[in-house]
Amino acid sequence: MLEVKALSVRYGRHLALENAALQVKSGEIVVVLGANGAGKSTLIKAVSGLVPHAPGGRISLEDQALHALPSHKIVDAGLALVPEGRHLFSTLTVAENLSLGAFLPRTRAAAAESLEIVFSIFPKLKQRLTQIAGTMSGGEQQMVAIGRALMTRPKILLLDEPSLGLSPLLTSELFRALPGIAQRGIGVLIVEQNTHQSLAISQRGYLIEKGCIVGEDSAQELLKSPAVQKAYLGG
Amino acid sequence: MNTTTLRPYLAILAAAGLLAFTPLLVDSFWLTLAIGTLNYMILATAWGQFSGPTRYVSLASVVFFGIGAYTVAVLGEVLPWPLVLLVALLTGMGMALLVGLATLRLAGIYFVIFTFGLSEMVRQMVTWYEVNITQSMGRYVFLDISQETIFWQLLGLLTLVLLGAVALHRSRLGFALRVIGGNEPMARHFGLEPTRAKLGLFVASSAVMALAGAIMAPRWTYIDPAIAFNATLSFQVVIMAMLGGMSRLWGPLLGALLMSILFEILGSHFPQAFALLLGLVFIVIVYLLPNGLSGRLSQLLARPAPDLSLKEPHHER
Repeated sequence: MLEVKALSVRYGRHLALENAALQVKSGEIVVVLGANGAGKSTLIKAVSGLVPHAPGGRISLEDQALHALPSHKIVDAGLALVPEGRHLFSTLTVAENLSLGAFLPRTRAAAAESLEIVFSIFPKLKQRLTQIAGTMSGGEQQMVAIGRALMTRPKILLLDEPSLGLSPLLTSELFRALPGIAQRGIGVLIVEQNTHQSLAISQRGYLIEKGCIVGEDSAQELLKSPAVQKAYLGG
Repeated sequence: MNTTTLRPYLAILAAAGLLAFTPLLVDSFWLTLAIGTLNYMILATAWGQFSGPTRYVSLASVVFFGIGAYTVAVLGEVLPWPLVLLVALLTGMGMALLVGLATLRLAGIYFVIFTFGLSEMVRQMVTWYEVNITQSMGRYVFLDISQETIFWQLLGLLTLVLLGAVALHRSRLGFALRVIGGNEPMARHFGLEPTRAKLGLFVASSAVMALAGAIMAPRWTYIDPAIAFNATLSFQVVIMAMLGGMSRLWGPLLGALLMSILFEILGSHFPQAFALLLGLVFIVIVYLLPNGLSGRLSQLLARPAPDLSLKEPHHER
């Protein structure tokens, strides 16, 4: 279980995230909903160690404290990030991008097995192994980015706006694959603006506004809630 | 072990074996040109192996080349030749380690400026030392090493460099370096250590340059700081590697070969305008061949070739 407590992030004098707390259990899909600039990406970057957080914040994964570790140690502990905009190595092949996820000693030995897991979730990638990642469509690149994160054998997978730049059709195709990941016991934390589709596959959701987490409920309740309807679902 | 994995190594060894007969077949003019070309090939390949994947443009080639040459000038008559080469190698590596530790965390543009400044600083420091401490500018190198021997030593070094480059490209370190050139924070996120990988490669590349300088030194007979640390060399190496392109191992070799021929023609016909023409060549390369000849060639080959339908007719039934 991923547990975040009292997490704050400052960019200079600007408080981008204030006192955030959340939990993701293994096998659970949790979504963080919020408008542009609400602090969603900051939250996920702080959790994965890519931006420093203010002292006092606590991040733990199954009783292991992560908040003082550098980003690659956090990956090694079982927390993998699929960054916004994917950040693939566009001149490398799909196979090479995936193998990068298995670069750490812990995951190297199990690389072949991990690859089978990736193929079971994204069968499309099996035929594309030798393709240069930069020449793929956005949706396929997102699959490679998620595959690369899965190669690190995470306990928790963090997805930063996976639907960004994808057509509604590709987005739903991508989101349909996520429950398959959760079924393997991996906790999935998504930050999204695409409220409908992400709530449809999630068990729980958090609402974030101006850097503060302002609400938490089951996905069904959030879909029905008038506040969410008004703020995020346009009506 | 299967043959496909050994093929590039065997090809390099076979080519080196054939080229080893060159001194027996050509006169001294061509041998001199061949020695110059081999030297440039070594420097351009060593430069490209570091700067290609890391995208750090180093203008310090001459620092390491000059260190090698000066080691020979100081120790050439004191120590046996293999030991002189060893000292040159170690001095070059030590210097590269210092420079690398200080600079490889810098972003690209600062690295370029630092390396250029470094070559001037080292030249001035050696000059200061020679004037104030030894009180003699310039040293004579009287070593009984023939042109043929220099050729073979350079050929041996180039062979080692190319074999090493193939091995590196296939290793985990080589893979790590290709990744680092792309996106360093993400590379670090997945547990790669960019700084250590870059440092190792910089030291290896610089050690090769120092060895090349040491091997070339006996050709000069007279060395002073302005000769050994002539900054033009650093630019020439960059131009050669960029002309050939660094996406392929043979890119810098081709660049060095073409530019050596061009230098020979420019130097013998237009000695006054040499630097000017060199600059023009540089501009042309940057504008027309941003990925070098090898990059352009791969691009052309990757394009589907037009079907000319000259295949054997099918016997259909």
